[in-house]
Amino acid sequence: MQALFSMLIVAACAMFATANTVSAQDAETEKAIEKYRAMLREDPWSNPGLLDADRGEALWKTARGPSKASLEKCDLGKGPGIVDGAFAELPRYFDDAKQVMDVEARLLWCMEKLQGFTRADVVKRIHPGGGAPVKELGAIATWIANKSSGMKFAAKFDKPQEKEVVAVGDNLFHRRSGPFDFSCSTCHAAEGLRIRLQGLPFLENKEAAKKVVGEWPAYRVSSTHVMTMQHRMYDCYWQMRMPELEMGSDVSVALIAYLTKNAEGGEINAPGLKR
Amino acid sequence: MKKTTLLIAAFVVGITSAAWSQQKPAVDPAKVDAMVKKAFPGAPEDWAPRLSQDETMKVCSATGNSPPKAQADAIMKRERASIEYPADGKFVGDWKKGEALAQNGYGMRFTDYPPARATGGNCYACHQISAKELSYGTLGPSLQQYGKLRDFKEAEAKILYEKIYNSHATIPCSNMPRFGSNKILTIDQIKDAVALLMDPESPINK
Ligand code: HEC
Ligand code: HEC
Repeated sequence: MQALFSMLIVAACAMFATANTVSAQDAETEKAIEKYRAMLREDPWSNPGLLDADRGEALWKTARGPSKASLEKCDLGKGPGIVDGAFAELPRYFDDAKQVMDVEARLLWCMEKLQGFTRADVVKRIHPGGGAPVKELGAIATWIANKSSGMKFAAKFDKPQEKEVVAVGDNLFHRRSGPFDFSCSTCHAAEGLRIRLQGLPFLENKEAAKKVVGEWPAYRVSSTHVMTMQHRMYDCYWQMRMPELEMGSDVSVALIAYLTKNAEGGEINAPGLKR
Repeated sequence: MKKTTLLIAAFVVGITSAAWSQQKPAVDPAKVDAMVKKAFPGAPEDWAPRLSQDETMKVCSATGNSPPKAQADAIMKRERASIEYPADGKFVGDWKKGEALAQNGYGMRFTDYPPARATGGNCYACHQISAKELSYGTLGPSLQQYGKLRDFKEAEAKILYEKIYNSHATIPCSNMPRFGSNKILTIDQIKDAVALLMDPESPINK
């Protein structure tokens, strides 16, 4: 197990080393990841992202922050403290916050209201650099997503506020901006395209969205850590030459709502495994 | 050749823009603009323009990159007017510098701020160019043998310069960045990119 995993990392790193043999190595990496995925199906405990999920569970139950409270009273939409299946119904509108929230925005809200953390402090440097483990909030989100693994995305998006957020996400997905005129659809609006050798999933397509959206948060082999969906949005805006996207912002929640709507009925398989 | 491309483009534009506007729920653009301004709070002051859209971006976004004819014509006219030409009237620079430019993906990300070196063109991110480079993207068409296929004609070098300077001047709502008009590359850098594709000595034409 360990050996295969190191092999996978070696293959992934080698991929970036020489241009000429990249194609072959790229195929090797894909093969290694596929083999690893097959092993995950046999032995789900071999996914390194699960260590972060465990850490997230412990963090959820630990009294922390200025209010020295745990998150066990946090309402993820199915009632205070109910985690099983909660992720499968997110994003959703929360009456108390008067906002539509995804799992990370909701956690941020609970950390603020229950534990007394300051929002501005939490969102500062919220995403880990390569090699560093996912931060606390991300670890908790990974655990929560994992507790819906095997279920299907079933967010209702039937309230007017939820419908509006999905429509805004759709608008943002096609909104071109920045010096390169990029929108999400520049890279994710057709089948089988690549940037250099990186495959670009066709996220407007329901079948393609169903395949990948449920894999987030995901353990990312190339940066050896778990990456959350909010982090993924931040990273894609980085590629778009936009400034740093604020975690939990209306923009990131709307995009995640739009992606989740596209992935409706897709199976949740979190944490997934990504190149 | 050119005419057919334009005809096909106009045809595609006609159908998709109608279908597009039908299926989209109405969203107030002012509301989205306000959200975007709030979502990137740490933006350096000189990056403020990145949070809003110019007229071309607005039309392309609203029509799913398939503007109806009148708007498409307006885009091509406006974008063409923004093209600045080399003072010496020469379009072909140094292909070796062009190859380095095409490989270089540095620049304009927040991790590149303030800039430590010149911004690259990153052409390989989207195009197959030199046969030796296997790590190329497919968002744009292959450019292998570009000059040879065009008999190295001088007029083609000018057309190419304009394409790189402002892709929307010929294909409204192109997915290729407006390298010159958006001040990503300098006039000299664009000439080097032209050389990579047009110079008979460039390995891509061998
Ligand atoms: C310039 C190209 C580019 C743009 C623009 C872009 N992305 Fe991406 N996106 C990528 C690449 C490349 C990957 C795969 C990264 C990897 O493999 O590490 C990716 C991955 C993703 C994924 C994960 C897909 C998977 O395989 O699970 C999602 C979701 C996503 N992008 C959403 C977006 C959204 C939303 C936007 C707009 C805010 C956006 N992207 C804009 C290039 C882009
Ligand atoms: C983000 C993607 C992207 C990047 C980066 C990019 N292009 Fe393009 N390019 C495209 C697309 C899409 C097209 C097709 C639409 C069009 O012609 O505008 C295109 C078209 C072209 C064409 C016209 C091809 C033809 O057959 O008419 C040329 C020439 C070209 N690109 C050169 C370049 C050069 C040189 C660079 C780097 C300085 C570059 N491109 C960078 C996406 C890109």
